[in-house]
Amino acid sequence: MPSNKSVSDAPIKKFMNCFILKDHKLQREDLWVRDGTILNPKKLFFDEKGSADIQIDCEGSIIAPGFIDVQINGGYGVDFSLATDDVKSGISLVAKKILSHGVTSFCPTLVTSPPYVYHKVIPQIKVQNGGSEGAGVLEGIHLEGPFISSEKKGAHPEQCLRNFENGGFQEVLNTYGSFDNVSIITLAPEMKRSGEIISELTQKGITVSLGHSVANLSQAEESVQHGASFITHLFNAMLPFHHRDPGIVGLLTSDKIPAGRRIFYGMIADGIHTNPAALRIAYRAHPRGLVLVTDAITAMGLPPGKHTLGQQVIEIEGLHAYVAGTTTLSGSIATMNMCVQHFLHSTGCSVESALEAASLHPAQLLGIQHRKGTLHYGTDADFVLLDGDLNVKSTYIAGEQVWRAELDKL
Amino acid sequence: MGCYKKLIEYYKSGDLSFKYVKTFNMDEYVGLSRDHPESYHSYMWNNFFKHIDIDPNNAHILDGNAADLQEECDAFEQKIAEAGGIELFVGGIGPDGHIAFNEPGSSLVSRTRVKTLAKDTILANARFFNGDLSKVPTMALTVGVGTVMDSREVMILITGAHKAFALYKAIEDGVNHMWTVSAFQQHPHTIFVCDEDATLELRVKTVKYFIGLMHVHNKLVDPLYSMKEHGNYKGQSEQ
Repeated sequence: MPSNKSVSDAPIKKFMNCFILKDHKLQREDLWVRDGTILNPKKLFFDEKGSADIQIDCEGSIIAPGFIDVQINGGYGVDFSLATDDVKSGISLVAKKILSHGVTSFCPTLVTSPPYVYHKVIPQIKVQNGGSEGAGVLEGIHLEGPFISSEKKGAHPEQCLRNFENGGFQEVLNTYGSFDNVSIITLAPEMKRSGEIISELTQKGITVSLGHSVANLSQAEESVQHGASFITHLFNAMLPFHHRDPGIVGLLTSDKIPAGRRIFYGMIADGIHTNPAALRIAYRAHPRGLVLVTDAITAMGLPPGKHTLGQQVIEIEGLHAYVAGTTTLSGSIATMNMCVQHFLHSTGCSVESALEAASLHPAQLLGIQHRKGTLHYGTDADFVLLDGDLNVKSTYIAGEQVWRAELDKL
Repeated sequence: MGCYKKLIEYYKSGDLSFKYVKTFNMDEYVGLSRDHPESYHSYMWNNFFKHIDIDPNNAHILDGNAADLQEECDAFEQKIAEAGGIELFVGGIGPDGHIAFNEPGSSLVSRTRVKTLAKDTILANARFFNGDLSKVPTMALTVGVGTVMDSREVMILITGAHKAFALYKAIEDGVNHMWTVSAFQQHPHTIFVCDEDATLELRVKTVKYFIGLMHVHNKLVDPLYSMKEHGNYKGQSEQ
């Protein structure tokens, strides 16, 4: 029975027989959706005298906010850092495929590349809403490099590394060509003049992340003072924790974080990039800052063998991806839902915490938790239905089903 | 609350539907937002309405934030009349014998109106507002004693030793506006449902008389049709 139409004509969906993640707990509650947003059923009942038009039995599923991946370099043969004329189809392909992992929003990530790549690729990637065509490009692109440390370049090509010592902010602008649709930039804060660069980027609304760096703790803390708020794949590509100088890792428990701000940190919980014990240490030290990322590369979703990533060639063996001919890890091929499951099992944390690390925390990092990352009334109805083991059963964007397990025959 | 749970159970087992049921709540706080967890809007939604198939147009609760409170009360009386009057009134009582928010001293022929809450009631409610007396509403809209007397059947639920004295005053003493629930002595169809503790202040003779009507009692707690067939109800030992 529809409402009295005083607010909207749109059909009202009621998802019942489910457990929803609400107020940090899984609760036996129904989820109401209308017009692509989560609806307040009490208001509907008393103010609009409305009730559900469509009732959907979720068969005891868990409903969590859609996962948000803020570091993903490609997948299914697509490499976001490849300078083609048709970046759009690559983005669309990945966007569509990751729906099956429960990801409803993502930040396409570009690894260290020569300026011509940025100039060609960045203008082709636009922030856009998700839908039946695929997950949404949320807030924009994640630029990981080239202003990073050569000592911690990982799989990034040495010849493309740069610094802004002489050119300052102009150098950064010249390298990338544009900041339109850029959401996150990873850089090494020990580089000279990083403070002014970080301040300037933060003022432009860009999230600055620390990574691929040999910074010590005080350099890291200073960069946070200037506005940095994220750490790119904690533990990887940075100095190891040392008890007299914890380095960037020490930010998790630093007392120099400005009041009212929280430092977030990405973790690749694929069981390879980080030992579960290290994952547990980080989680226990600072549970509310943990953001699960896949750092997935081109080969994610593909069979074993050789593939390209940016300017380099990588090799797949099982769940491992190495820079060809070396033992340097070059990114992961685990999917987001696998990361959530692995995170849950390794840390022994609650299901709610595991789900929030992939939804609420990335939304908070990007400052968009008022519309994404939760199931609060009025927020975008992007959510996933999961079974008890957190396997994805179906994915919804703006209240519409965009992927379902039984239909996916691939 | 137990009553609502049972009704929800019957609805879920398919024995009962609320599609054509009209409800009128007996009271609501003045000045408390509907979204406040202690409002009766919230209480009814969380504990009853959201679990059943009642038509929202048929669920009536007084609006404690109406611009003209007395007008709201008059309109409520009007809606009751339009619905054909109340078939069954179900409620509890306060330790001071009040029915709805008809505090001691209320007129026994009163209608729906604004009432200032007694200090006792405010103190008793403080536990729902984190013990902060300043947050407890001081006024409420309530149906009158007269409004309830107009119902065709009245059922009062009284449990617990703390209600025992009020029960005594309600049925073993005279009709008195200081114990407003006593007004139902003059109603043609009233049932008082009590547990043993609530009878602690009554005369043994009274209690024995009503217990002697055991067969009537048993019929009242018979399980509903389908649950009886499937043998999946839990027996109750309510007195």
